[in-house]
Amino acid sequence: MGSSSLDTELAVLERDHLQLLLDILGKRGYRVVGPTVRDRAVVYDDLASVTDLPVGWTDEQDGGIYRLKRRNDGALFGYAVGPDSWKKFLHPPVVRLWRDKTGGNGFQLVEEDEGVPRFAFIGVRPCELHAIAIQDKVLLNGKYRDPSYEARRQGLFVLALNCGHAGGTCFCASMNTGPKATFGFDLALTEVLEADRHYFVVEIGTELGAEILREVPHKAASQAEKATAEGIVAKTAGQMGRRMYTTGIKDLLYRNYESPHWSDVAKLCLTCGNCTMVCPTCFCTTVEDVTDLAGEHAERWRKWDSCFTMDFSYIHGGSVRASPMARYRQWMTHKLATWIDQFGTSGCVGCGRCITWCPVAIDITEEVNAIRRSERGS
Amino acid sequence: MAGLPDPMVPSPLRVQRVRRETYDTFTLELEPANGADGFSFAAGQFNMLYAFGVGEVPISISGDPTKPQTLVHTVRSVGAVTQAICKLKRGDVLGVRGPFGSHWPVEEAAGGDVVIVAGGIGLAPLRPVIYYLLSNREKYGRLALVYGARTLQDLLYNPELEKWRGHFDLAVEVTVDTAAASYRGNVGVVTTLIPRVQFDPLQTAVMVCGPEVMMRFTLRELEARGIGPENIFMSMERNMKCAVGFCGHCQFGPTFICKDGPVFRYDQIQAFFAKREV
Ligand SMILES: Cc1cc2nc3c(=O)[nH]c(=O)nc-3n(C[C@H](O)[C@H](O)[C@H](O)COP(=O)(O)OP(=O)(O)OC[C@H]3O[C@@H](n4cnc5c(N)ncnc54)[C@H](O)[C@@H]3O)c2cc1C
Ligand code: SF4
Ligand code: SF4
Repeated sequence: MGSSSLDTELAVLERDHLQLLLDILGKRGYRVVGPTVRDRAVVYDDLASVTDLPVGWTDEQDGGIYRLKRRNDGALFGYAVGPDSWKKFLHPPVVRLWRDKTGGNGFQLVEEDEGVPRFAFIGVRPCELHAIAIQDKVLLNGKYRDPSYEARRQGLFVLALNCGHAGGTCFCASMNTGPKATFGFDLALTEVLEADRHYFVVEIGTELGAEILREVPHKAASQAEKATAEGIVAKTAGQMGRRMYTTGIKDLLYRNYESPHWSDVAKLCLTCGNCTMVCPTCFCTTVEDVTDLAGEHAERWRKWDSCFTMDFSYIHGGSVRASPMARYRQWMTHKLATWIDQFGTSGCVGCGRCITWCPVAIDITEEVNAIRRSERGS
Repeated sequence: MAGLPDPMVPSPLRVQRVRRETYDTFTLELEPANGADGFSFAAGQFNMLYAFGVGEVPISISGDPTKPQTLVHTVRSVGAVTQAICKLKRGDVLGVRGPFGSHWPVEEAAGGDVVIVAGGIGLAPLRPVIYYLLSNREKYGRLALVYGARTLQDLLYNPELEKWRGHFDLAVEVTVDTAAASYRGNVGVVTTLIPRVQFDPLQTAVMVCGPEVMMRFTLRELEARGIGPENIFMSMERNMKCAVGFCGHCQFGPTFICKDGPVFRYDQIQAFFAKREV
């Protein structure tokens, strides 16, 4: 990426020209996906047009609570993250890993080679850019590379979105992952709504981003427009619904591995695994080996799995993490402590999904506080 | 000598020989189905074995690392997949991915004494160590094998145990948890044999594999004999779906058993080994 040729100046794109940008991505062969409203939630799916976006919607989020509400304007991105994350495209819930070509004895297995679409992601939040970077570390940066993830990740186009609205459970500011995109995008937008004007301030992240921007009408951003965009992000940073004090967090959790506090939270936890399904960094999977009825052709499917199930830690003789205490402890300690030793980064980006979608409103930020308090208390 | 072509997709290997070790444990000798190269590995590594259409499980390599032409696995039938593997006959095909994971420090241990402590099927991943040590006997000080099984019927590799006993420079101590009153050998858990073994605690590598409880008690005995945690190596077991660090199942604290293990130096996992339900 020759950054020298990049236009480092910010540009301005009028709201009415965003459609052109989506069209160009479509024409270039991308499968354009982004936020849209379905079943009373903002989910990620195919976008045919700007009108598929959740125009004029916002959300109310709190522990165990998610509600869409009307805004009194036509904002395209005026809500926080919903239950979906981009991992549903890059690390799909179900993939076939390989299938058997010959059948039966003397099988010959071939790796899944089905065509993978080239995705253009529209409206990727800064915390989500971090989540993608974290999954890159897990699935691409070790001794082995996950071919399924790599195929999807390779041709990805990212249109990021700096947040103009913090959700009730967001804490990216604590995790240093937002609300402004700093890397990992081709173009990054800040949405500006004024009384008589609706536009985006655009930052260019890659040469490809610059090339695509050149194909739609845009102009250089004025000082005033830049300042407005900066103000929006700064204001969002001050509106975080949650906060997590992260200093020394790894040692805190290692020190408290046997804290009685884990049993308190385990009394509430249903071990439903919702938190792992919505988390944009959770990567665990299981496999299913299947055959056709005649038992001649075999396939292997990979599916998202959750450390909250009993099967997850099953070895001959029983599950290693039989108690809900051990399973909740595994999840949270992995997110905030062991992940750091494994991959050199936190496994939590502060998106708040696990808080919003927990049926009993267990709150990871509050759990950290409780452990800190228990240390001070005893 | 190259390994198998793809770490993600099982390669077909043909069963050449099946040996019945006990009523529930079988040793399989495999050769590439397509006449490809042999299979080089380091003692302590494992493969993912795929029984066609049934499933895939981690199984240690139990053969001789200096004879990579045949791949050897010893499998105890305990569930769906291992049962299917134990039913295979000469000529059948088994899917193999690997080898994966860390290995026993056989080279690093040269110059000192080596003590091997195995419980049950735990002898399988340690047999390659015994082969290696015996074919490089002059490089080591005293060698001892301490092996425990539940009953006489559960002892693996009986003909070889006899042969190893015959080596004057390998101390072999075998015990069973229970046996008929007429049995004249050792009866009791494997840890009861450790005080008998002779070694220099400051210059000994101990390699341990067996059920987790057995390893816990073994570690206690070794500590009592003055062996430091940096001289103890152990092979760990957890559920495993991928063996390449992606599925997340085999995490043990900050480690992944599949890639950081299965063989660990005790001080690397000591903090978590002391805890429950990790
Ligand atoms: C690194 C390593 C080396 C091993 N080496 C050997 C060996 O040399 N010989 C041998 O007989 N056994 C070995 N095992 C144990 C062997 O993998 C299990 O006995 C086997 O997975 C049981 O599968 P199953 O389908 O027959 O049993 P089930 O009880 O039906 O198991 C269902 C599923 O649970 C998982 N599972 C169950 N038990 C275990 C287990 N103990 N370890 C990991 N996953 C498990 C598997 O994914 C399995 O498919 C080893 C395990 C590990 C982790
Ligand atoms: S742990 Fe919760 S807040 Fe953190 S990234 Fe996952 S879902 Fe978001
Ligand atoms: S913390 Fe909440 S979402 Fe996660 S498993 Fe427990 S009840 Fe389910």
